[in-house]
Amino acid sequence: MDLTLSLNYERYRADVRRFLEQHETIWRQPMTDSDGRPSDNGRKWQALLIDRGYTCKTIPKEYGGHGGKADILESFIAAEEFHRVGASTGLANQGISMFVPTLLECGTPEQRERWIRPTIRGEIVWCQGYSEPGAGSDLANLQTRAVEDGDDFVINGQKIWTSSAHFSDMMFVLVRTEPKAPKHQGISYLILSMDRPGIDVRPLKTMTGRAEFNEVFFSDVRVPQSQIVGGRGEGWKVANTTLKHERGMLGDPGQANAMLARVAKIMEEETLDGLRLIEHPILQDRLLRLQARAHAMKFHALRLLTHGLRGEDPGLARLIVKLNGTILNHEIAALAIDALGEIGALFDDSPHLRDKGFWQTTHMFSLGLIIGGGTSQIQKNIISEHGLGMPREPKPAAAAADTGTKGRL
Amino acid sequence: MEFGLSEEQRMLADSIRRFADERVDGERLKALVDGGDSANVDLLRGLADLGALGILTPEEHGGSGMTLLDACLVQQALGRNAVPIPFTASAILAPLAFAASPGDAGAEWLPALAGGVRRIGVGLSEAAGRRSGAGVKARSGKASGVARFVIDGQGADAWILATDEGGLILVEAGATGVQTVALTTIDRSRGVLEIRLDDSPCTTLLAADPAVAARLLAAGRVALAFDSLGAAERMLERAVAYAMERKQFGRVIASFQAVKHLCAEMAAEIEPCHSLLWYAAYAAEAYPDEFELMACHAKAHMGEVGQFVARTATEVHGGMGFTHEMGLHYFFKRIGLNRQLLGNPDQVRQHAAALQGWQRSAAAR
Repeated sequence: MDLTLSLNYERYRADVRRFLEQHETIWRQPMTDSDGRPSDNGRKWQALLIDRGYTCKTIPKEYGGHGGKADILESFIAAEEFHRVGASTGLANQGISMFVPTLLECGTPEQRERWIRPTIRGEIVWCQGYSEPGAGSDLANLQTRAVEDGDDFVINGQKIWTSSAHFSDMMFVLVRTEPKAPKHQGISYLILSMDRPGIDVRPLKTMTGRAEFNEVFFSDVRVPQSQIVGGRGEGWKVANTTLKHERGMLGDPGQANAMLARVAKIMEEETLDGLRLIEHPILQDRLLRLQARAHAMKFHALRLLTHGLRGEDPGLARLIVKLNGTILNHEIAALAIDALGEIGALFDDSPHLRDKGFWQTTHMFSLGLIIGGGTSQIQKNIISEHGLGMPREPKPAAAAADTGTKGRL
Repeated sequence: MEFGLSEEQRMLADSIRRFADERVDGERLKALVDGGDSANVDLLRGLADLGALGILTPEEHGGSGMTLLDACLVQQALGRNAVPIPFTASAILAPLAFAASPGDAGAEWLPALAGGVRRIGVGLSEAAGRRSGAGVKARSGKASGVARFVIDGQGADAWILATDEGGLILVEAGATGVQTVALTTIDRSRGVLEIRLDDSPCTTLLAADPAVAARLLAAGRVALAFDSLGAAERMLERAVAYAMERKQFGRVIASFQAVKHLCAEMAAEIEPCHSLLWYAAYAAEAYPDEFELMACHAKAHMGEVGQFVARTATEVHGGMGFTHEMGLHYFFKRIGLNRQLLGNPDQVRQHAAALQGWQRSAAAR
């Protein structure tokens, strides 16, 4: 147990701080344009970060990355410093976080050559076509079809929950190419250009009032057969390397604590009947309960980091992060809203609105995160099956026959 | 940078676990606890032989002079088997109290405590929050008053008690004017005692230093939290094991999501507790400024998680969980007593608020 950093890491931290001070004018400016795409400034910042190895560190130089070795502790320190001042940690989209790592593992040399550099430099924006109306938690049940026709696949079907589809150049998508194979073995991973005829992107307005997601409809969309990652029917395997990266993405372990500090500040400043909210026994108690949980999750992140440094598999400890983290953020926002009372219910551009509506937006959006990326119930299945060794729920015989796949084999 | 247990710490915890598994299995636990034996001599000797009782005792007094975290890992391993042993007071709180006191009273006691041949109970309840009718006042070697809920007090050779002034005194069993009342809690694995003093002779360990007394209280809270962590871990393990065996509707109940999700929820609550408790214990030495607050968080949060796990693990066992025979209730009760000792979660959170200046009167708690 030793939370101090060796001298070289302290030096690294000082370097990061100096870098952030020197380039403050850049990271203070918007990273995206109003349409959501990376701005010139965002791409400039990204190039600087890659150059210094603060992002895309392990991506080979030949593909436009930094070409360095992974150093978990350096990444952790850099993230900490960036979050501390509120600087962007670089362009974030599913192309960079998920598609590029997948190409590095499963792509051909030509695919890597062609796609990685412009993706990480922010010139090409990607969206992810996984979920479908009938394939949410049961993702492998996806029904969007790609049928061979000459040198092309012809795609028909629908995707949903496709964030950034309305301004993306490209999509990586899971489609069913082998309808007769068992459901997990009939899927292929394709990449396609969003300007192909037959693609219809419709914004999906959510409870926050914004369209953070889209629905994407495919009618006879043609994609060259060469634009497949991995082999035919291997899409599920390929996608799982991507999902692994999604689960491995490090959030900011200090985020909950930072949000709580903001709630505490509100409660210290606001009064109700002359009593500071922080002195209100019930609100205070709720704050303290959340404080303990936020601390626990922050130290838990340090524990996971240490497992990583030691090359150990953290097992169960890793599996609980998504479940706990999303619920914690949701409850912190709920406390802020309750502390503000009627003011907490204000939204949009109302008079008296606090923090530009951050708390209501966060309260709603964090509920979305509780559901998205594997619902809390799916997380509990993962925890109990992979963490505690409990068996899967047996499939009802009728349902297995119903899919028309198992029955025929 | 390392936030995790060292190889030595893992080996230490393993050795105590093995000892507890061998010596206090289910049947033995029943025999001991149902028989009212909360300080078995053989167990004490065994733990002394393993070096566990002298873990915080300085080397010159026959101990190994390790850290609070090490001592708490032993506590956690004892909690795992609900081992009926007076460890918290004799092996954690008394050595810390002696270490914090300016005199050399420890020289007389520490070797015997480390060897398991003498025992000291510790009364800090009034430092955690005084209830009416309780409190001890000491002046020029004499003490009067009532110390309630003295941890591991039953059968001890002496007691270290917090005074109203924020001091610590040592009272020997059999001193004049001392009256003891054995308290019966739900948890028979530890002997809690009420001590009434009437002008009784005492040794002043610490005159009036509320900051030191507060740190001792914090150490006690962290230790009790670790004990509950061990008990909660064991309850979850038993719940999973039971669910894997028990069949209903033609399949093991572990294959029902309703049951799996209960177990997953317990795991999700327990896992971050390790980290929170490690940090709190580590802070005692590494971050003394944070220690008291972190001890509050550890005690309060573990109290809530412990209660949730105690209830849920019992539920997973169905009717069997409710029986005496199944023996799950020893852990339920161990967690239940730990929750109340040295401040229950509600009380401790109030303290945490005061420590952050969030009360109308920051001094009150």
